[in-house]
Amino acid sequence: MACENVLLVQAEFDGELDAADALRAAQHRQGCAECRDAYAQLAATHALLRESAPRHQAPESLRRALRSGLNVTQGAKGAATRPGRWLREAASFGLGAALAAAIALVVVNPAQETLLDQVVASHVRALQPGHLEDVVSTDQHTVKPWFDGRIDFAPPVKDLAAKQFPLLGGRLDYLDNRPVAALVYGSDKHLIDLYVWPGADKPMPQTAARNGYNAVHWSENGMDFWAVSDLEPGKLNDFVRDWRAAG
Amino acid sequence: MSAEFEAVVLPHLDAAYSLARYLTRNPADAEDVVQEAVLRAATYFGGFRGANPRAWLLQIVRNTAYASRALVRGAVTVALPGDETGAPTAPELIDRGDDPETALRKREDHARLARLLAALPVELRETLVLREIEELSYKEIAEITQAPIGTVMSRLWRARHMLAAAVQAEEGR
Repeated sequence: MACENVLLVQAEFDGELDAADALRAAQHRQGCAECRDAYAQLAATHALLRESAPRHQAPESLRRALRSGLNVTQGAKGAATRPGRWLREAASFGLGAALAAAIALVVVNPAQETLLDQVVASHVRALQPGHLEDVVSTDQHTVKPWFDGRIDFAPPVKDLAAKQFPLLGGRLDYLDNRPVAALVYGSDKHLIDLYVWPGADKPMPQTAARNGYNAVHWSENGMDFWAVSDLEPGKLNDFVRDWRAAG
Repeated sequence: MSAEFEAVVLPHLDAAYSLARYLTRNPADAEDVVQEAVLRAATYFGGFRGANPRAWLLQIVRNTAYASRALVRGAVTVALPGDETGAPTAPELIDRGDDPETALRKREDHARLARLLAALPVELRETLVLREIEELSYKEIAEITQAPIGTVMSRLWRARHMLAAAVQAEEGR
């Protein structure tokens, strides 16, 4: 049915032609009714897909499975490469719950990964769209109560907007085998995650770096703190100093 | 390696899952395919020097999907009328301000288009999805689907033509 130039017209529609060829295609359309119709059809289909084609987002279960899968693969090379599928197949073959539990233990057992690795990986994951904050607020009196009932401790929440480190929000995270509070601060275009949970691991601040991210770890008032960011170390230390000094 | 790998690959996880969904036409298979593809990608990651991690990951997803039984299984799964293939992902596209009738109509549009897309032959469907939904260039699509650019162009044309014809046939009845 189609004119032999229809693929050229399609390439024009898709923005795949240079200026000279695009002009040639447009001129051809003026004299060719078939290609004019084809172009209109392309536009209609494009609009329909834009309006109504389902956009699929990776489900949270997949992100979780990948997280444990990657850790396990790293820790024990190939010992359990596909936890999700393993569990499903174990279930479908009717294996006993005891076996399933044993597999789950292997899967959940954290690989030899330091807390620093965990904190940095958690920060990187949090930078994915939609994962940064569960409660979005620059008001410490909104963020602090949000944690009530979600975790078994009350993290100290401070706003450092006056020091150029505005509070952006908070979320729950999971580190060191326990739920922790994560406070999100901004610094120009950079983000700082401040993880808080009960403990008294390191009274004096210690700095560390991993994969281009910097971290500062300290303890005070019965809480452990980890600040993580791609900020340069000096600036991150300023943040920690200002945070500890703030009332 | 893990953090660097996550930083390069995880931003494209939605695209990877979306392609897997369109290829396998089924959420559980899509999850399996992406999970396996990401683990494969982690294995190859040491050798990855490319400037286009999204195309790289999508190619692995596509190869993994073709290697799995999911495409064959999907082929015998017939979507029933009213099957809400597209429904779980539809809500984020629906404006919260929509009244119930508009929201319902949008859901039906999503489900209908999901069904018509699912009915396209897989090599046409993947080409169309990569162009119209992932907005990739002919060259990237040619790399991912391991086909010459001329083949990409003719598949794209046939896919659009078949979809438009199917929509017209539904609306005309």
